[in-house]
Amino acid sequence: MSYKILVLAKQVPDTRNVGKDAMKSDGTVNRAALPAIFNPEDLNALEFALRVKDKKGDAEVIIITMGPPRAADIIREGMYRGADKGVLITDRKFAGSDTLATSYAISLAVKKLAPFDMVVAGRQAIDGDTAQVGPQVAEKLNIPQITYAEEFIGFSGKKIQVKRRLERGIEILEAEGPVLITVHSSAANCRVRNAKRVMKYKYARTEIELQEAAEDYIEMLENRPYLQIKQWSVTDLNADVSLLGLSGSPTKVKKIESVVFTQKNSTTLSSSDSDINKLIKSLISSHVIG
Amino acid sequence: MSKNIFVYCEITEEGHVADVSLELCSRGYKLAKELGVELNAIAIGNNLNNVADEVSAFGVNNLYLTEDEKLFPYLNMPHSNIVSKILKEQKADIVLFGATSIGRDLAPRVASTLKCGLTADCTSLEIGDHYVKKTDTTYKNLLYQIRPAFGGNIVATIINPDMHPQMATVREGVMKLEPLRKKIKPEVIKLDVNKYVSKSDFAISIIDRQIEAQKINIKGAQIIIAGGYGVGSKKNFGLLNQLAELLGGEVGASRAAVDAGYAEHERQIGQTGVTVRPKLYIACGISGAVQHTAGMDQSAQVISINIDEEAPISNIADYNIIGTIESVIPKMIKYYRKNSK
Repeated sequence: MSYKILVLAKQVPDTRNVGKDAMKSDGTVNRAALPAIFNPEDLNALEFALRVKDKKGDAEVIIITMGPPRAADIIREGMYRGADKGVLITDRKFAGSDTLATSYAISLAVKKLAPFDMVVAGRQAIDGDTAQVGPQVAEKLNIPQITYAEEFIGFSGKKIQVKRRLERGIEILEAEGPVLITVHSSAANCRVRNAKRVMKYKYARTEIELQEAAEDYIEMLENRPYLQIKQWSVTDLNADVSLLGLSGSPTKVKKIESVVFTQKNSTTLSSSDSDINKLIKSLISSHVIG
Repeated sequence: MSKNIFVYCEITEEGHVADVSLELCSRGYKLAKELGVELNAIAIGNNLNNVADEVSAFGVNNLYLTEDEKLFPYLNMPHSNIVSKILKEQKADIVLFGATSIGRDLAPRVASTLKCGLTADCTSLEIGDHYVKKTDTTYKNLLYQIRPAFGGNIVATIINPDMHPQMATVREGVMKLEPLRKKIKPEVIKLDVNKYVSKSDFAISIIDRQIEAQKINIKGAQIIIAGGYGVGSKKNFGLLNQLAELLGGEVGASRAAVDAGYAEHERQIGQTGVTVRPKLYIACGISGAVQHTAGMDQSAQVISINIDEEAPISNIADYNIIGTIESVIPKMIKYYRKNSK
């Protein structure tokens, strides 16, 4: 049977390029001002999975994402770069889920795709930076985890070997059986879109997207099943609703404050020679430097 | 309900308790005092005879030790199973982990096992109450887990009202290391490793490790020259190096500069990097998002060099030099050489 690799990916607002209009005047986040992108480390994860597939030959890469209907964009993006299939987990009942509730939902989708050989995810998403969902999915699947992966080294028999990045060095780990791997940004960048794949997959659609499509479109998808992106709801996953959304999330946001800097008594200087000379002299005389 | 506080004591390559864990013991001690409860520590590894002594200046009442040669170096499954079981047995209410590659690998797995909440990279931990209007219930003495969120544009206070323990990770340097004047000898509880781990926990094995000695130590530097995305290039970062060498300081960087490849990850300052408290912090081309300033706003003096007079960093800087890195830093070098003799 072919080797099955599941990639967990998330569509995120691009918080790296937050402009002045990112916050509304009432202190809430202006999501419309932030472009939605493929979470950067999830692209490293996709590349990791594709390299495993290249090595194995007979392997299948399936992207799983949880989010609103438009998150199907990143599944198509993944297909353009080499993924074979995609699953969108979407339901209003997921709204407000923290990492524990999110990992519950994702673990159900992973189980529905079992048997699988490997689950790969980005180390963390840039909109939360928690790095929690990967390990929590692994715990719920009762499989071991390798976090901070930097490189897929290869197989030694049935065992996979992975290089891991630590603060002060590296570690090479070997795992037997299904394992969940989270990939660090220092791993290889994801390969770019492949023109042939773009032509092949650009009409890939979820059920929701199909409802808005024209008749002839629906017929095309019936004839080409690889264009169907699976879409799963709470019911499809047979999920316990009390473990999802706000009720399934132990963490609550008590308070959100927008950041207001209190003005310090500061001196503004120019870059002129005399200003800099004066500053350096005063720092030396007050023993801050020198 | 018990209100026990636990700190996971990470063991370094050299076999010591990591600084970040001792910092958390310092914070944990204060929280424990406020709540009138005991402070507990968990250490897992091999040959941990020195741990009781190393934590004795930090007010730990009970130290849970699990020792075995299989338990060092760190492996996820054995460590998370031991920690989860201890926390369950002792009915822990608050648990703190360092936000290191070990803590961030371990804590989420433990939280999932215990079905409790976890807040990553907190910049402040406080005790407070929470009132729910709908049910007219007041939750007493919850852990307020405070962290910047959403690209640093907001600061969020997170609580876990119902599902405990309440767990948080904190980066190194965020909490102050505050040894007590009077040492307390902790009661040591040694646990039998075989009761806590099984053979299947070793499904992953370490086949090689290459650990380098710590090269960069920006945490201990008294003078830090930090560069942001605005520095513009790796070449311009060379100017920062020159100034740092001259002043006997270290070079730091914002996340944007690290992401752009201008500086090594070890130099990153801020919520997802290191927190520093130098006597002088020179921020070069750093706009000053709260995720960065969270890691440096306790510097004694801040000088900002920026072309944008209204960059947020200007609000916390003592001196704002309006100009480019290329023009200002060479002049600082020139006048330091001239005046320091």
